[in-house]
Amino acid sequence: MTDIFSDVEPMVFKSRINVPYAWWTGETAERFFLALRDDKKIMGTRCPVCEKVFVPPRKVCPLCFHEKMAWVEVSSEGVLESFTIVKRQLAALTRKAPVIFGLIKLDGADTSILHYIENPGHEDIKIGTRVAAKFNEERSGSMQDIACFRPIS
Amino acid sequence: MPKKRVAIVGTGQTYHKSHRPDVNGQELINEAVQRALKDADLTIKDIDAVVIGNMDHFEGINYVDCWSVDGSGGTMKPVIKLTTGGTTGSTLAIGGYHLVASGFFEKVLVIGWEKNSESDTTGAITTAFDPVWDRLVFAGAISGLAAEAQAYMAKYGATEKDAARVSVRDRKHACNNPHAQLRREITIEDVLASPMLADPIHLLDVCPRTDGACAVIMASEDCAGKVTSTPDWIWTTANRHKYTYLGDVNWGELDSIAEASREIYAKAGIREPRKEIDVIELYQPYSFAGIIWIEDLGIVEKGKGAEYIWSGATDMGGELPINPSGGVIACNPIGATGLIRCAEAALQVMGKAEARQVPDVNFAISTGFGGCMWSDMLLHGKRKPDF
Ligand SMILES: [Zn+2]
Repeated sequence: MTDIFSDVEPMVFKSRINVPYAWWTGETAERFFLALRDDKKIMGTRCPVCEKVFVPPRKVCPLCFHEKMAWVEVSSEGVLESFTIVKRQLAALTRKAPVIFGLIKLDGADTSILHYIENPGHEDIKIGTRVAAKFNEERSGSMQDIACFRPIS
Repeated sequence: MPKKRVAIVGTGQTYHKSHRPDVNGQELINEAVQRALKDADLTIKDIDAVVIGNMDHFEGINYVDCWSVDGSGGTMKPVIKLTTGGTTGSTLAIGGYHLVASGFFEKVLVIGWEKNSESDTTGAITTAFDPVWDRLVFAGAISGLAAEAQAYMAKYGATEKDAARVSVRDRKHACNNPHAQLRREITIEDVLASPMLADPIHLLDVCPRTDGACAVIMASEDCAGKVTSTPDWIWTTANRHKYTYLGDVNWGELDSIAEASREIYAKAGIREPRKEIDVIELYQPYSFAGIIWIEDLGIVEKGKGAEYIWSGATDMGGELPINPSGGVIACNPIGATGLIRCAEAALQVMGKAEARQVPDVNFAISTGFGGCMWSDMLLHGKRKPDF
């Protein structure tokens, strides 16, 4: 970079504004996070028309537009649908690389959730591996209340 | 020329509030969409394409077209995002009109939404100004509006009291609109006693920040009559942009709305807008615009805006009611605001505006205004356009 500027005086203006964001979860997601925090339960919503169970829960079925979704508890165990091992320390990572991102379809759900996969001492993760949630002892009501998913036999 | 004539056949709005913690963005959008579908007696399966927009840096979500499909019903349909600052809602309406008028899509769902409560509105709006030349001094939306008001007052001798009369009108009208955010009457004294934000603009002269969504369903002439017996025909639309740098603006007059309106009058054969137009839903983010822009629209001569406002002509029951909904001063979910003007004009033409209905509306105008001196406009009519 320094070479580029060796013969010029760079003229740059720094931004003075800062736009902080804070997103309302809404009552539907709130119910999911409270069940996770208080009862270590993973909740989804089921559409009575197409019978699909959505995790994260949807207030309205995105496929049928049906407004009366039913709450259902799904398992904290499921199947790895796909994954990747991230080896570069990207800025957005909250953990030290390498980390495994996995898409987990929990038993009883029709959609997958995204989370970390941990497999201490082993690299032999495969699509189809069965995994289980490892809950944190201290929980505050977010997806981070699940520390990770780990393979089970 | 359009291949197909286009009508609005259904509208839906949320009940707009300063904060909607009970729903996320997609759920807010869905409320408006479900209401529009019910209004038109259609289902999401009937919709051929979706046009959606907001001020995407307000919520920090930069792929709103994709992210919103759970709420918009856009799953496995063509979806386009449009965002043009303050005019986003009216540009959405113009974009939806173009999609149907082109003949490519028969029924198009148009959605504008905003959750202003999720970020710093002024910080986000400041990104509309040039970072090298203008942003270091100007900030947010209000500075530009204040500069316009100052220039106009110096030229024509209008006063803060004149502007306050516009706020009083809109806030009174808002009491008739169950969807409006601020539904309490105010007095001229209230406006003048409210905190001065940027001279000469007081707090009660300007729009609030609102969470809300609006959806409008547009249909081609081939099916509009089957969907509703009272379609709102979109006669024509216009859009003008003016400046890059704030120093290029002709302060005290809104050239963009003047030119957009002349294009619309010429296309529709309107010679005397004051007599031929029955109601205007004006995107009027602050009270002084209610005086200045009706001059630029050719409703009254230059310098006569305040006199016309004081006469009561723009109040409900007057010669040309403006903002029966209460307008932007009473409610401002920014990405939806322009589309709410369009939906409210449509309600007037369709005869569905309930307590805020203006009698016998043949022609209505809705407008959009953006950051800070560009304009959109739509002409709505009871009769099918003859071109
Ligand atoms: Zn369904």
